Amino acid sequence: MAAGRLPRRGDDRLMPRIIPTRTPMAEQPPAQRIHNFDEVPYGYTPEEAKAEAARCLLCKRPTCIDGCPVHINIVGFLELTAKGDFRGAINLIKESDALPAITGRVCPQETQCEQVCVMGRKYQPVAIGRVERFLADWEASRGDLSVPELAPPTGKTVAVVGAGPAGLTVAADLARLGHRVTVFEALHEAGGVLVYGIPEFRLPKAIVQREVNYVCNLGVSLIKDFVVGQTATLDELLEDYNAIFLGSGAGLPWFLDIPGENLSGVYSANEYLTRSNLMKAYRFPEYDTPIARGRRVITIGGGNVAMDACRTALRLGAEESMVVYRRSRDEMPARIEEIHHAEEEGIRFMYLTTPVAIHGDDQGQVKELECLRNELGEPDASGRRRPVAVEGSNFRVPADIVIMAIGQSPSPLIPRTTADLQTQRDGVVVIDEATGKTSMKGVFAGGDVATGGATVILAMGQGRTAAAAIHDYLKTGVW
Amino acid sequence: MYRIVEKQELAPGIKQMVVETPHVARRARPGQFVIVRLDAPGERIPLTIADHDTAQGTVTLVVQEVGKTTAQMGTLEVGDTIATVAGPLGHPTEIAAYGTVVCVGGGVGIAPVFPIARALQTAGNRVLSIIGARSRNLLFWEERMAAVSNELIVCTDDGSYGRPGLVTEPLRELLEARPGEIARIWAIGPAVMMKFVSRTTEPFGVPTTVSLNTVMIDGTGMCGGCRVVAGGGAQFVCVDGPEFSGWQVDWDLLLSRLQYYRPQEQEAFEQWQRGACRVEETTA
Ligand SMILES: Cc1cc2nc3c(=O)[nH]c(=O)nc-3n(C[C@H](O)[C@H](O)[C@H](O)COP(=O)(O)OP(=O)(O)OC[C@H]3O[C@@H](n4cnc5c(N)ncnc54)[C@H](O)[C@@H]3O)c2cc1C
Ligand SMILES: Cc1cc2nc3c(=O)[nH]c(=O)nc-3n(C[C@H](O)[C@H](O)[C@H](O)COP(=O)(O)OP(=O)(O)OC[C@H]3O[C@@H](n4cnc5c(N)ncnc54)[C@H](O)[C@@H]3O)c2cc1C
Ligand code: SF4
Ligand code: SF4
Ligand code: FES
Repeated sequence: MAAGRLPRRGDDRLMPRIIPTRTPMAEQPPAQRIHNFDEVPYGYTPEEAKAEAARCLLCKRPTCIDGCPVHINIVGFLELTAKGDFRGAINLIKESDALPAITGRVCPQETQCEQVCVMGRKYQPVAIGRVERFLADWEASRGDLSVPELAPPTGKTVAVVGAGPAGLTVAADLARLGHRVTVFEALHEAGGVLVYGIPEFRLPKAIVQREVNYVCNLGVSLIKDFVVGQTATLDELLEDYNAIFLGSGAGLPWFLDIPGENLSGVYSANEYLTRSNLMKAYRFPEYDTPIARGRRVITIGGGNVAMDACRTALRLGAEESMVVYRRSRDEMPARIEEIHHAEEEGIRFMYLTTPVAIHGDDQGQVKELECLRNELGEPDASGRRRPVAVEGSNFRVPADIVIMAIGQSPSPLIPRTTADLQTQRDGVVVIDEATGKTSMKGVFAGGDVATGGATVILAMGQGRTAAAAIHDYLKTGVW
Repeated sequence: MYRIVEKQELAPGIKQMVVETPHVARRARPGQFVIVRLDAPGERIPLTIADHDTAQGTVTLVVQEVGKTTAQMGTLEVGDTIATVAGPLGHPTEIAAYGTVVCVGGGVGIAPVFPIARALQTAGNRVLSIIGARSRNLLFWEERMAAVSNELIVCTDDGSYGRPGLVTEPLRELLEARPGEIARIWAIGPAVMMKFVSRTTEPFGVPTTVSLNTVMIDGTGMCGGCRVVAGGGAQFVCVDGPEFSGWQVDWDLLLSRLQYYRPQEQEAFEQWQRGACRVEETTA
């Protein structure tokens, strides 16, 4: 059915049938899912994926591709999917994106590929991410993830610092090119934010593990519990390796610097999510790490991190989980799907609100959050209207847990022990965009450590770029 | 996986373990710690590196059994493995020739103060040490401390050995008896002890360094769970410390943060004890 609907490529005027709305994706109902950590959307069936792919107009100038940071041949994989050639479609994706099961789930599609989809001008854009996710899951379910052929060994060695999406991408690319790659990871599990930050209900850890296994199967060695900057410095690693890729992310959580912020019950989102995800505190006492289960939880911030925190709180049994955000809904940087899911789950949003203090009880535990109301003023540097606090509008909201999800920057551990590594504002490592080269010969960087908190796909894209440049450097020795 | 190569009971509920971890041993310095996770469901806890042997590739940990994880660790034997030993973490102690220094160790804090005293003595300082425990049977490493100290004072709270009373008393006497002589003080032990040591030394103006034992997870500056207020602002103990000036620490906040997970810790401990007893019954 779907294939029969296919319009002929490039002939927009002959477009036979426009299907204005997206193929819906089945999800766990909100009332049920707030009591478990299982994934929320179920994913497309093969029929649904074909139907959705068939909505693509097969544009002659497929703008969608410009919207994808790694320039996946979207029109190509949608066409193959519509025809039912899932194998061909997933192979096409994997030419540009090594982790489609992950990007299909967590990319902010509405500001990337789907934002510029031609269909989106008048109708709903093609659900590119959902189809991408389907194809990756389809491949995994067949269990024949083949290990690609590796180039003959080059005798060159590369150290990758950090096993997040950036580091894993570099490791995979360079291993395939025949280099000996060792990944050094500070934590006891590989995956970076994908394992410690993003919750199970949004990205099942088995999927991340699958990708990590894939990278290891390429012959990459993974050394965990190794904190670069402490266990060994970058300079020491340079003595043993021909090149280094720094993909250590942006793990240092920010706080607001307001009174009461160090009371018990005030968490950084990183701590709250790490306890729940990496350490599995949601299964305490089966797992040893405890987490406070608040009755009234307030999360401060409006990005993906905030959505993950407030939804985790609900699943940990909060009677009320609220989000406090200083601007309005339209300005929230979180993926639209996460905002939507959070709303469905009954998260209460307090917009145009700025926290000014946290008040505690005599045990030193959080009792109330004090806030000011904001009005929207003149646009700021980001073009968004600046929230301006209304003097005297103070009010207090009762809470027993407050979670700060207001941003993060790279950890100072490596720069502070590496004299020659140039950093800029907030400890972000300075790189040459085209190659990922840092100020140190032989050291490349990419991902959140070089951008500040960004996205999975950007981290992978920068990893790709750096891997190519590292390969060149190893071949030629020219810096 | 990191193998335990030696184990010894130093005192009831206090165990010394030597663990094979060459990459930690290679760079370990006095004052640093490791993060330990026993097994897959285990939590990550910080333990100070009480000694290390670069040639053997081992570190020595001294563990006081206070709850689930430390008690479980106490049941491990030579040849058993630990899932995670990450480190060395934190800033090392600033070792220099200061002149005369005092090292105070309370309870299990004697273990972490030992490598500091030794390094200070090697650096040419005159090291006066004060160690204390609740009771004689809980005291350990007296000979080790004596070997790296020019003078050693031992106290017990209950007077069962050495001087009766708390470590703060001989410390005050030293400061009073030798005005201007003591250049610096290190104190490691329970938070309450460190608080009172800091109170004791402040009027004398002798800089006092303490090593803070906040709750930690990653130990790499990623979660902020270990934060304390010291010197006016929030600091992450794992990356900004663990050593701070004792005068600047907001002790009451630190103590209340340490209590936060008490009910859950109790629950985990009790559940584990029940499980551990079952195992003993079935093997008996
Ligand atoms: C809660 C949360 C939700 C998010 N949701 C989304 C989303 O929906 N969509 C999206 O696109 N992006 C999302 N992001 C952002 C995205 O996860 C990051 O941009 C991405 O993970 C960056 O990848 P990376 O490889 O640069 O770093 P990371 O994923 O941070 O990985 C860095 C790795 O390096 C390790 N490391 C750090 N320091 C050292 C050291 N000194 N030695 C050894 N190892 C070290 C860390 O332990 C970590 O494993 C989210 C982020 C968070 C925190
Ligand atoms: C830098 C540092 C170095 C330390 N060195 C030593 C050492 O050499 N020997 C030693 O015996 N102890 C040391 N500690 C304390 C040790 O980490 C705790 O005793 C241990 O975590 C308790 O865990 P538990 O499960 O056995 O007990 P629990 O029942 O979980 O806790 C008992 C008490 O220990 C503290 N605690 C609990 N969880 C943690 C955690 N994740 N991190 C830190 N503290 C926690 C709390 O105050 C708690 O009330 C150190 C702590 C720090 C921060
Ligand atoms: S990787 Fe992300 S941006 Fe690119 S096509 Fe896939 S979902 Fe869209
Ligand atoms: S822009 Fe949209 S409709 Fe056009 S090719 Fe891309 S996905 Fe298809
Ligand atoms: S333990 Fe997480 S920041 Fe210190």
